[in-house]
Amino acid sequence: MATTKKKTTSATKTAAKSKNFASAPINKSLSKEEKIDLYRTIVGIRRFEERSLRAYNQGKIGGFLHLYIGQEAVATGIVSLMEENDHIITAYRDHGHALAVGMSMNECMAEMYGKHTGCSKGKGGSMHFFAPDKNYWGGHGIVAGQTPLGAGLAFALKYKGLKGCALAFLGDGAVNQGSFMETLNLASLWNIPVVFVIENNGYSMGTSLKRSSAEENLAHRADGFDMEWEVCNGHDVFEVREVANRAMTRAREEMKPFLLEIRTYRYRGHSVADANHEKYRTKEEIEEYKRTKDPVNVIKQQLLADGTLTEEEAKRIDQEKKDEAEASAKFADESPVAPRSEIQTDVYWEVDNDAEGKLKGTYFFND
Amino acid sequence: MPLITYREAIKQALDEEIQRDENVCIMGEEVAQYNGAYKVTEGLWEKHGDKRLIDTPISEAAFSGLAIGASALGIRPVVEMMFMSFSYVAIDQLFNNASFCRYMSGGLMNIPIVVRGPANGGTNVGATHSHTPENMVANHPGLKVVCPSNAYDAKGLMKAAIRDNDPVFVMENTLLYGEKWEVPEEEYIVELGVANILQEGTDLTIVSHGRCAMLSLQAAKTLEEKHGVSVEVVDLRSIRPLDEETILKSVKKTHRALLVEENKPYCGVDAQISHIIQLKAFDYLDAPVHRVSAIDAPQIYAKELENWQIPNEERIIAGALKALA
Ligand SMILES: Cc1ncc(C[n+]2csc(CCOP(=O)(O)OP(=O)(O)O)c2C)c(N)n1
Ligand SMILES: [Mg+2]
Repeated sequence: MATTKKKTTSATKTAAKSKNFASAPINKSLSKEEKIDLYRTIVGIRRFEERSLRAYNQGKIGGFLHLYIGQEAVATGIVSLMEENDHIITAYRDHGHALAVGMSMNECMAEMYGKHTGCSKGKGGSMHFFAPDKNYWGGHGIVAGQTPLGAGLAFALKYKGLKGCALAFLGDGAVNQGSFMETLNLASLWNIPVVFVIENNGYSMGTSLKRSSAEENLAHRADGFDMEWEVCNGHDVFEVREVANRAMTRAREEMKPFLLEIRTYRYRGHSVADANHEKYRTKEEIEEYKRTKDPVNVIKQQLLADGTLTEEEAKRIDQEKKDEAEASAKFADESPVAPRSEIQTDVYWEVDNDAEGKLKGTYFFND
Repeated sequence: MPLITYREAIKQALDEEIQRDENVCIMGEEVAQYNGAYKVTEGLWEKHGDKRLIDTPISEAAFSGLAIGASALGIRPVVEMMFMSFSYVAIDQLFNNASFCRYMSGGLMNIPIVVRGPANGGTNVGATHSHTPENMVANHPGLKVVCPSNAYDAKGLMKAAIRDNDPVFVMENTLLYGEKWEVPEEEYIVELGVANILQEGTDLTIVSHGRCAMLSLQAAKTLEEKHGVSVEVVDLRSIRPLDEETILKSVKKTHRALLVEENKPYCGVDAQISHIIQLKAFDYLDAPVHRVSAIDAPQIYAKELENWQIPNEERIIAGALKALA
């Protein structure tokens, strides 16, 4: 395989075993509390999503539910590196990123229940979580549609002279959208500090990577745009942090885009409706990943081994997160649906903010 | 006649056309090995193989454009959009190339492709997955668009669309896929440009298309029972070409019209129909033409609110009573 630049591809070097990422400088500097926080976030995402799956099966949540279970360490690791002027945007598999940036389980669960107390007032649903106050710009339903927006966030940082980077997440299937490829070129051509994060879970719906991309090493696409890239594993939060830190630092310091490909895995179907996901992959494949690379278990074992956590503490955190998820379901269930008048708010800023009735022209056209 | 689902009817049409014409092939995301996201193409890959059922990457612009190019050499691709909403990333291919190649070549080219997939709301999936773009398609001379409201029409229109020598969009509806209707076993075609009178009546004409035509039919029954009103329900079936004659004939008979569609109202299909009625049947009207459309906002996620946002029986009846006042 011809590549013009030599890059570290830790994933292909079975690095996870041979290299102890926890002792890399960026991880070594973590306090005990910070490490426990990583665990808390990963477990929180897992328990929240398990609870939301139950709510979906009870008919409390409608539409689509794309679970992040199996991929938790990716969002957790990267978000833990975010600084004041860093921003983040992702696709529809957005619950993990939302909780990692600090959105509450209540507002997220209520959004999925379509309630007025949801983060988007019940207007967006599972695929469209937003928290601009936490530099989280969604939650987007159209494959790869968020990637140029990510570049735009980074463009704005550069334009304003702010030191930061934007993180634009996408899937392994999304790389084949034109908008993403156009964005790669722009980002590199204009030296925009955006880090594209391909969460390569091996499948886009029922299509394996092999059947969707001619070049299976997705990160290599960066070469065509003279962009730096790296590949790593996504089950070990410390590995994610070590590699992503390089990408994010470079983006911030040198005003350069970066393409990260993170190998990960989703345990569930594409969405909960994808009930036959054991038809396009084997049960063994799923079980093998769970057994050897489960992100919750991997961090737990590391923190137990280095004395950061005890079994009891780990259990207690787990229980706390289960309780929090349970409480969020109760909160969502008891919250009201927005009134019908809300259907036509939040469409135009000018209308929402026209307290004095100065707007000209008709904005809405009902019979 | 056997009762079959809307989904099955479309599959039969695709299956029969694949067998009839070796140039017919189907491409789209998950259409082959996965049997289609909504199982419309279930079993077809197994039966007809890789050449006729083609799984694509998530590259709508590329495979739509590719289908247009292939059609120039006689292939008749049926492009599945997993949701019509996703055709929006391929708009240049569809609205520039598919619609204008013939015109810009002075008639030297024609583009016999079909673009099909669900185009509806009411499924609680939010604004980005709930588009009803039949009005936008109809706004592009060179394109044709049909919206089957039942299994019989779905099969007959699909076959007509595949045999048509122009680009035809077939707007399906996920809420109808599982519904059953009687469909004959012998072959038939439903021609483009021919509306269907679902029910005859004398007091009011409801013009509708797609799933809304079925809702209108239900509302008409309630109007009859509860309000003693006799409603004629015209199901357009085909948006462009449009059966003006059937619409006008009905309105001239009932003197009142209610237009029902799931589209957002501004520049919706019914805006055009309303114009046609006032222009060509002005003297026959006893009341203004009324409309029931989606409440004018992006599609809301919350189920209860979305069910109110798109036309439902209650809103159609209220609209009918206004048109009858
Ligand atoms: C433009 C567009 N086409 C198709 C879809 C339907 N769709 C949603 S997710 C998906 C698969 C995406 O896979 P990948 O990028 O690998 O992300 P993952 O779901 O694995 O996180 C598809 C085909 C869509 N939302 N938008
Ligand atoms: Mg994927």
